[in-house]
Amino acid sequence: MSEMKQDSENAAVSPERRRFISAATATAAGLTIAPGVMLYEVAHGRPEEQAASSAVRWGMMVDATKCATGCDDCVTACSTENGWTPVAESKHPKQAPQWIRKLVLQDPLTQMETNLPMLCQHCAEPPCVDVCPTGASFKRADGLVLVNRHTCIGCRYCMMACPYKARSLVHESLNDTQKPDVPRGIGTVESCTFCVQKIDRGDGTTACVEACTASGHNALVFGDMNDPESEISKKLRELPTKQVRADLNLNLGVRYHGI
Amino acid sequence: MAVKLKQFLALGVVVLTTAALAWAGSEDQPKAKGAPQPVITKAIKGEQCVEPTEFMRRNHMDVLDGHRDKTVIEGIRTKKYSLKECINCHASEKTGSVAAVKDDFCISCHSYASVKIDCFECHSTKPKGSIAMHPLNAETAHLKHKLAANTRTSVSPEEMAGVAQ
Repeated sequence: MSEMKQDSENAAVSPERRRFISAATATAAGLTIAPGVMLYEVAHGRPEEQAASSAVRWGMMVDATKCATGCDDCVTACSTENGWTPVAESKHPKQAPQWIRKLVLQDPLTQMETNLPMLCQHCAEPPCVDVCPTGASFKRADGLVLVNRHTCIGCRYCMMACPYKARSLVHESLNDTQKPDVPRGIGTVESCTFCVQKIDRGDGTTACVEACTASGHNALVFGDMNDPESEISKKLRELPTKQVRADLNLNLGVRYHGI
Repeated sequence: MAVKLKQFLALGVVVLTTAALAWAGSEDQPKAKGAPQPVITKAIKGEQCVEPTEFMRRNHMDVLDGHRDKTVIEGIRTKKYSLKECINCHASEKTGSVAAVKDDFCISCHSYASVKIDCFECHSTKPKGSIAMHPLNAETAHLKHKLAANTRTSVSPEEMAGVAQ
């Protein structure tokens, strides 16, 4: 009841006043260096010598109502950014990596189809990390679930443990076809990294999200879920979203709307 | 008995030394070369490495090892001691890589010392988007299969039929 009351109070605030409030908060959060020049402490501008911080939690919102039938721009963008060979072009499709893949779900009763991309859900409580015998599968401070290939022994327990089928093993030597920013190699497990190289560079977005926005579908939103002012936080407040297999209680970093 | 043995040994030493000196002194005998020396090419970019050369020769593996954990686990991506930066400066002008052929920077010493490098099982040996004249620099290398497919295209029977007509 109290929440509802708060909502109605917010609604009463005029746009001008809201703008003033946000400007005032921004001033409080940022440090004024000179008139008109501000130094903000935000997730995107992390200096390279600063470690990833748990004050940030990267997350993605997928709006399945906007995800277009037949479009796989996000998959292509991921493959191009991270240098993995798409399934269609792979010599061994069953072994091919799928950091992100397009799914079409059909309601058997109504025949209604839902499109959505499936990728590593970057769980807050990742089962892949629980089962890893060497500690190679780990969760970074800012919520990214990654594989440290230096310690991965390729046992594939994490692939078994993942409820989302998000991980794959590199079966064959890649013969120096990797991207300089994205090391990956034979005998190690890999999955979506939320484009960690782009995040650390300060882009604050991922290749799939950029592609989805560029194609005009705008089905993907990426950002810091801990920052109440970020686009993703606002969207998550606005729209009803679901976690896939919410019953597992993993607190996912990827939320779906319209499924 | 012991004295006789000592004398015999001494004689043996004298004979051997003389023979060795004679062999070493003779001009027509080729000198023993051993394994081929590594070729160390000066880095294309930059004047000075992040540490003195002598330090890097002995300790590059330790600094790389320390830096890799900070990068992977904590997300600290400073340029000093970063493998990517090593590659950026030391990639060969000919191959655009630090480990493509025998004389490339990393391979050259490692094959001489007979130490296997695991870095390039996963890491690219080429700088990012560099040396653009190489058709397969690191930016396009993952499309290798496409290039290979293009070169292999043979003329289809239909096309042949068209030509015949």
